[in-house]
Amino acid sequence: MSRVEIITANQAAAMAAKLCRVQVIAAYPITPQSKIPEILSEYVERGKLNAEFVRVESEHSAMTVCISASLVGARAFTATAANGLAYMHEQLHWAAGARVPVVMPIANRGLGAPWTIFNDMQDSLSQRDTGWMQFYCMNNQEVFDYVIMAFKIAEEVLIPAMVCFDGFRLSHTVMPVEVASQEQVDEFLPPRKPPYQISPSNPININPVVMGDLMPDSNGNICPDYMGFRRRLQKAHESALEIIASVGSSFGKMFGRDYTDPYYAYECNDAETVFVTMGSLTSESMEAVDILRKNGEKVGVVGLRVFRPFPAEMLARFLQQFKKLIVVEKAISYGYETPLATEIKGALFTYRSPSMPEVLSFVVGLGGKDVKPEDLIGIYKKSSEISPDRTFWWHQEELHDECTIC
Amino acid sequence: MSAPFVEIPEQEFVLPGTRTCAGCGLALAYRYILKALGQDTIVTLPACCLTILHGIYPKTPIAINAVNNTFASTAASAAGLAAGLKVTGKDNFTVLAMAGDGGTFDMGIQALSGAAERQTNFIYVCYDNEAYMNTGVQRSSATPQGALTTTTPVRPKEQPKKDFLTIMEAHNPSYLATCCSSYPRDIYEKFKKAKEKDKTRFLHVAVPCPPGWGFPASQTVKVGRLAVETALVVLFEIDEGTFRLTGKSLTMARSGRKKPVVEYLKKQDRFKKMTEEQIESLQQEVDKRWEYYLNRANM
Repeated sequence: MSRVEIITANQAAAMAAKLCRVQVIAAYPITPQSKIPEILSEYVERGKLNAEFVRVESEHSAMTVCISASLVGARAFTATAANGLAYMHEQLHWAAGARVPVVMPIANRGLGAPWTIFNDMQDSLSQRDTGWMQFYCMNNQEVFDYVIMAFKIAEEVLIPAMVCFDGFRLSHTVMPVEVASQEQVDEFLPPRKPPYQISPSNPININPVVMGDLMPDSNGNICPDYMGFRRRLQKAHESALEIIASVGSSFGKMFGRDYTDPYYAYECNDAETVFVTMGSLTSESMEAVDILRKNGEKVGVVGLRVFRPFPAEMLARFLQQFKKLIVVEKAISYGYETPLATEIKGALFTYRSPSMPEVLSFVVGLGGKDVKPEDLIGIYKKSSEISPDRTFWWHQEELHDECTIC
Repeated sequence: MSAPFVEIPEQEFVLPGTRTCAGCGLALAYRYILKALGQDTIVTLPACCLTILHGIYPKTPIAINAVNNTFASTAASAAGLAAGLKVTGKDNFTVLAMAGDGGTFDMGIQALSGAAERQTNFIYVCYDNEAYMNTGVQRSSATPQGALTTTTPVRPKEQPKKDFLTIMEAHNPSYLATCCSSYPRDIYEKFKKAKEKDKTRFLHVAVPCPPGWGFPASQTVKVGRLAVETALVVLFEIDEGTFRLTGKSLTMARSGRKKPVVEYLKKQDRFKKMTEEQIESLQQEVDKRWEYYLNRANM
């Protein structure tokens, strides 16, 4: 049976990976995720987990090990953050193109320069277009649950998945997590069934050079061109939305926590304004909403869990009912605005209705800057004063120049 | 090691239809490497001349499993294959990682050093054509001093070739050997031996490149032989720590006969700007290194 443990998100991710019976783990240390491979290496060394643990010399190699292990049929796992994720960038594209169902927790952390070890979401959000699925967790329970669901989803759609959660805020903070039993997880997630078996008698050339035009094989059958492979990845992402919903639903039936919807809605029934956000900011916004509601404000929270594939239609149709969306993010697309705001505006335009909400965007909490409920209440008040044409920086410093070298 | 006759299997794993340039030393060497390693080999490779040899989807002339990956990742990819095959009970495979000098001496060194330090169970092959040939003959750290390349087009490369064999020896591989594509029997024997060992094995294969080095495609074997006969390439193995000269290099050590390097240099356009002083200086370097190898072999 399941049991409740008071654990960090790093512990939750490692325990979930063990319960998923991961077979190959490759990892390189980077704060704030290092505890995940530490815990897993102990499981392996103590014989509690039958896996190959490869202590690689870089994140680029960590992802490479996962890709190649996965290509020969193993369930592969790694974790990283920030510059480690950036260093993997080439291999993230390769993993998605190679269609390997690798699962990777990301303890979200800001990117240098200048250095920070603290939390924001610039690291994973700037990997948006690598072809990975991205899930964002608002608490440690979701981290535990999403690692298990991510394997189930990834192995069905053959797309790798990141399970993202805020570094330190969740990675190093303990909270109660209902930890499923091995029997439950085994039933939910059977051993991996790869799409092919690697064998010396039937050799294959995996991920060779593919041309821009359709080419016949030696039997005259027309085979895909490069664009065809890329289109299949996009199609798989589109289909993944349904798979994510059905896996989220079956997870709910088995474990009592339902993830059918790609977002979490809080106090939305009569809301006129909602905070739209991801990760632990969802939890933080719920606190702010409780306070605002006591003062009679009709406000709610929409916490997005699934960022890629982007649930554009479902999200747009849900968000259309509100008058104002306050998009709060720990990331910025330099030269434009916060990335989720762009996505939401795009979705609202595609699925537009006669009544369109106003969309305001705020960048908060970069490099570990604390975002308290009072900040979100301040943002709520500020939202009636600012223009929707640019992201507002929730930041107290008065800027007098555009470049200070540190 | 040097039995007069070696039975080399007839079965081919490099079938007709490779897309290499005419006279490619790599294609010749690869044929014998795979004959030695056999059907149960899985090769992983970066973007390199070998990728070209493997052909364009959906056709390939290669009759073993192959896993392509990115430039910096060859040895890490092999580590992933080794781990994945082991944990899924497919231990019968020989994992082969194979990259050129650019992908080994330069970009792949980090992943290779890591995999070798961990004593990953695999065979790593650096086929060395002494420049980035696949992209059009740009200088690498394996390019010899005095060679013209497309990124040293006016002033030939000033620095000597990186001493990569010493770097790899410092990683204590269970087997380290050098080969040259002009000596297929030596290749076959060394790879047979490497296959029987476990942990990390490193083999360096010198492969002449007609378009990159500037000699006629008909002269690949000749140029490779001259590289060995002048002792610019020395054939040896370090088997569990024991150093041994092999093949032609062993014969040369016994007979005391060694050709002057100029015979090798003059065959190739890439060395046409070398002055007599530079050639003399190179000769002295080669003589010194040859003495070092003779001493190591107690000869």
